[in-house]
Amino acid sequence: MLAEYGPFFIQLGLAIVLAFAFLKGAALLGPSRPNRIKQMPYESGMDPIGTARTRYSVKFYLVAMIFIVFDVEVVFLYPWAASFERFLDAGVGLEVLGVVTIFVIILAVGLVYDIKKGGLEFD
Amino acid sequence: MAVPWYWSALLAFVVVNFLLISASVLVYAERKISAAMQNRPGPNRVGPVGFLQPFADVAKLLLKENIVPYLANPFVHSLAPFLMVVIAMTTGALIPFAKGVVVADLGVGVLVLLALTSISVYGITLAGWSSNSKFSLLGGLRSAAQMISYELSMGLAVVSVILIAGTLNLTEIVESQAGGMSLLGWNLFRNPIGATIFIVTAFAETNRTPFDLPEAEQELVGGYHTEYSGMKFGMFFLAEYVNFFVASFFIVTLFFGGYLIPFQSALVSAVPALDGSIWLSLLQVMTLILKAGFFAYLFIWVRWTLPRFKYNQLMTLGWKYLLPIALVNVLVIALIISLFRTF
Repeated sequence: MLAEYGPFFIQLGLAIVLAFAFLKGAALLGPSRPNRIKQMPYESGMDPIGTARTRYSVKFYLVAMIFIVFDVEVVFLYPWAASFERFLDAGVGLEVLGVVTIFVIILAVGLVYDIKKGGLEFD
Repeated sequence: MAVPWYWSALLAFVVVNFLLISASVLVYAERKISAAMQNRPGPNRVGPVGFLQPFADVAKLLLKENIVPYLANPFVHSLAPFLMVVIAMTTGALIPFAKGVVVADLGVGVLVLLALTSISVYGITLAGWSSNSKFSLLGGLRSAAQMISYELSMGLAVVSVILIAGTLNLTEIVESQAGGMSLLGWNLFRNPIGATIFIVTAFAETNRTPFDLPEAEQELVGGYHTEYSGMKFGMFFLAEYVNFFVASFFIVTLFFGGYLIPFQSALVSAVPALDGSIWLSLLQVMTLILKAGFFAYLFIWVRWTLPRFKYNQLMTLGWKYLLPIALVNVLVIALIISLFRTF
């Protein structure tokens, strides 16, 4: 386990050190003369109107929810795809493929329903 | 595989430096190529034919002031570029550069790759939210919706590759393409629809034109990095270039034979001394970099050729076309494999 993932964590550590060096290096080398005007959020040169913590379209939540459903579906397909040859060798390949097809169709019906209901219309 | 840890550490160090240097070469290449396409000279002042321009830019960005808007959340504002650089640099660990030359030869390499690319959504979303600026927020939201939409099709394109290779290990996926003189065995020819979907989604996942809506400059100023200055902006910039170079490497690894040299078996039988020698590994690394370089050029070429999508077109393409096609493609590939095996 450690032998397999050790090198991965070495690279992760190097990446963290590098990113930290960028942040700290810039903070050490650059000037720091903050003032109110400079730190204003950019709004085309005008004084910002209100806060940016406002409400936004519910469509983004819908997309996120549909994503969860289909992402879980894709995750379920990975172990099947990796071991499909073994199912074929055991002589049950077509049956397993049939089961997976039913699984995909059930979710595809959900996608069609969502599209027909206009859940993915962004205009 | 018993590789001593110091060898892995050295290789990881080389890969990180390779990615850093290639990012600056790509910035230079992008500016020169776009200049050639628009009939202007491009950078030509710093060093011979402007070659040192990216290094001058890094020095300039390091010496600039780090401006944090007074309404921003300072910790998250720093965390976002930090995450982007860490993720971009870590994905390099999974690339098989030659047979046996890979930092982390994980049994579930493809899953780790998809997990890491998912985390980079956090970088952009947190950058957009923490800046507390309307342009940043809209850019971050758009980007989150875009990246999760295209991640599904990308995942399904990868499933079709796993079906053919029968493994999640990236080195074994490359080796499974060795048939047909290491050229006709490429997954591009066995799975052309999956390859097309993967390339399109790779453009969307790296936020490159025509999918660069998160930073559409005509409507959102800079998108999620509107409020970033100095080296923090430089970190987003670095991560973008490293990401699309790493994406080119994975396009090649999954669909274009990876490090396999075309006609490799003929080459080895013509020169038997090459078999298993370090020269063969070096040739494989060169082949991989040449192939990935072609796709990096494609990324730049497309950016300066195609206009940007509208947001509804982007969502329509992702959900109504790519996702159903990718689903059907997986089932068709599985059916073809089982028919070949059964009869």
